[in-house]
Amino acid sequence: MTSADISSGEVLTDEASGAVPTMLRGPATARKGPRRRRRVHSVTSEVVADIQDSDDDDSPRSVGRTTSAVVVEYTLATLTAVNLVVALRMLLDWGGLLSFVVLFLVSFICFHYALVRQSSTKELAADRMTTTLIWVIGALVVASLMWIFGFVALKGVKQLRPGFLVRDMRTAGPNTPGGGVLHSMVGSFEQVGIAAAFAIPVSILTAVYLHELEGRMARAIRFIVEGLAGLPSIVAGLLIFSIWPRYAGIHAAEALAILMIPTVTRTSEEILRTVPDSLREAALALGAPQWRVVTRVVLPTAKSGLLTASILGIARAIGETAPVLLTAFDSKFMNKNPLKEPQSSLPTFAYGNIRTQSVLQNDRAWAAALLLLLFVLVLFTMARWIGARGAKRLGRN
Amino acid sequence: MSFDQFEREVATQDPSLEDWNGLPPIVAAEPDSWSSGLIAREIAKVPVPSTQPMPGTSLGSGSPATLAATDVSAWFGSRKVLQRCSLRMEARQVTALIGPSGCGKSTFLRILNRMHEVIRVAKVAGSVELDGVDIYGRELSVTQVRMRIGMVFQKPNPFPAMSIRENVLAGLKLSGTKSTDRDALVEECLTRAGLWTEVKDRLNEGGMSLSGGQQQRLCIARSLAVRPRVLLMDEPCSALDPISTRVVEETIQQIADDITIVIVTHNMQQAQRVSHQCAFFLVEEQGVPGRIVEAGATDHLFNQPSDERTLAYVTGRFG
Repeated sequence: MTSADISSGEVLTDEASGAVPTMLRGPATARKGPRRRRRVHSVTSEVVADIQDSDDDDSPRSVGRTTSAVVVEYTLATLTAVNLVVALRMLLDWGGLLSFVVLFLVSFICFHYALVRQSSTKELAADRMTTTLIWVIGALVVASLMWIFGFVALKGVKQLRPGFLVRDMRTAGPNTPGGGVLHSMVGSFEQVGIAAAFAIPVSILTAVYLHELEGRMARAIRFIVEGLAGLPSIVAGLLIFSIWPRYAGIHAAEALAILMIPTVTRTSEEILRTVPDSLREAALALGAPQWRVVTRVVLPTAKSGLLTASILGIARAIGETAPVLLTAFDSKFMNKNPLKEPQSSLPTFAYGNIRTQSVLQNDRAWAAALLLLLFVLVLFTMARWIGARGAKRLGRN
Repeated sequence: MSFDQFEREVATQDPSLEDWNGLPPIVAAEPDSWSSGLIAREIAKVPVPSTQPMPGTSLGSGSPATLAATDVSAWFGSRKVLQRCSLRMEARQVTALIGPSGCGKSTFLRILNRMHEVIRVAKVAGSVELDGVDIYGRELSVTQVRMRIGMVFQKPNPFPAMSIRENVLAGLKLSGTKSTDRDALVEECLTRAGLWTEVKDRLNEGGMSLSGGQQQRLCIARSLAVRPRVLLMDEPCSALDPISTRVVEETIQQIADDITIVIVTHNMQQAQRVSHQCAFFLVEEQGVPGRIVEAGATDHLFNQPSDERTLAYVTGRFG
């Protein structure tokens, strides 16, 4: 009897008592009935054949569904917890939404455990408590992300109009409506584009050196790259500013490239690690020199993964504020030339406008933040989509 | 040539490093082993064809070649895994390497086309000659050696980023060889590998879309496309079902006229079915490197082996 069999045996006993173990298991993944029924009867081959004959009237048994007892337990626990928290608030005059939520969750879990313990074993109660706890933590994470996005969207949508995307701030002032972020978007794209054009090839080549060539310096370089990954972004900005103490988009791109290289290098190395060695051997055995093994077999196989790594690097760079502020500063006007004069970008636009007293300016800052958030969202979605496509093509067999 | 000249170290940091002749031998070969005499006797029964040294720069035509390994020893780091193995793999013959797991068959096979040295800590001593030309010598670069002596691996490994057609032509692309009529080459190689009728309408589909047996035949076709003179097969059927195995064996018999084949197999019946010659590898006790216990004609080895351990192995009494 395998461990799976033993656990499904437990399921049966749990069900008999009306409770359902749902440890990390939603209703959608509930185990189906027929398989277990067959297991129970598969003592002799004859019996198995018998069961298979009667497959026509075989219908899946509902397992792992929420039964009324479970609903009652959850409802009771919720009500008790709410009562306790409200009572405590009234009696002790506690304030604050956060303490309310935390207290509610803690008391809910305790009451729920006690209720489940009434009707079933300690193990099952602990199991249910863990399930609840994990659901709660997951929900908190998702909720906080949604809250951030919702908050920015709510604040930013006021100014995010079509006109906002095609104008710069030449004519608009703190109290004059109009104006837009076109100059900042152009600046952001130029800076990040130049940074990516430099950083991505360098990173992928470094990853190839680290994993494919495994040269003498590989250990030292890997150490440096890992160290650079933790480099505070302001330090990158200060470094570039101390070398070229004047404002230009190209210098922002240099600082961003410094920040992108470690991220993209490390991700790319991990991607190259996923290319099976059997492919390298096959290529070598066909008489390929190593550079052709890399260019014709390894890189094409890892293509989508490397693309994902690059997109993630870009997503990291596009939101950087401090190094850009030090190197390209900010500007109210369109400056298409990244080689000289200050250049605006979305993060510096948001930074500059949120620091004023003007409500209109603040709204513009939020609109720029929302735009930035949307760009990152699009980039991440692209990364996920490309990554999933690549995994499918590699045909996990 | 003396043994000292044969011995060299093949411990390289970089597999693309092609010239290692200058390196000093690090492990001296041990004095004569008892098996060498036996092998010499067994090999003497096989008629020796006249061998012409191949020019170092030509790619070699499709004609089969004799591969002769002399006193090959191998190490992984300081662990010796092969001890003075000598074997002649005759042209137009299928040579099977048999023996229990971990006895060095695959290592021996990988030494034959210099894939052994891909592993960082691997070292080798002895010599391997392709029609009289030392494959570890100066005349041939490592890439030339591998083009002439192809390899099919245990697990089918088509390139996932390439279509079926591109997989067949991969060897040309990877070795930088020009080819005039690629379509004809694709058809010829796939036909010889017994795959053409199954895939001729879907040549542009991905190589991973095929079944396991088809993938392995695609790998054989891929190896044939560079027109090797010797094809090494490392348990090519161990991941396949019996039907696919039969197709691959038929393929082996078809191409054996044009290409010298060396095959590692755990399947005694397969060795009997496909091979003309056989070499039996064995690790006599734990921690001792593997040796060739007996080598010779397959019929002889299976029906009246000279060594009782061979008899025990081929009749299934151990291993």
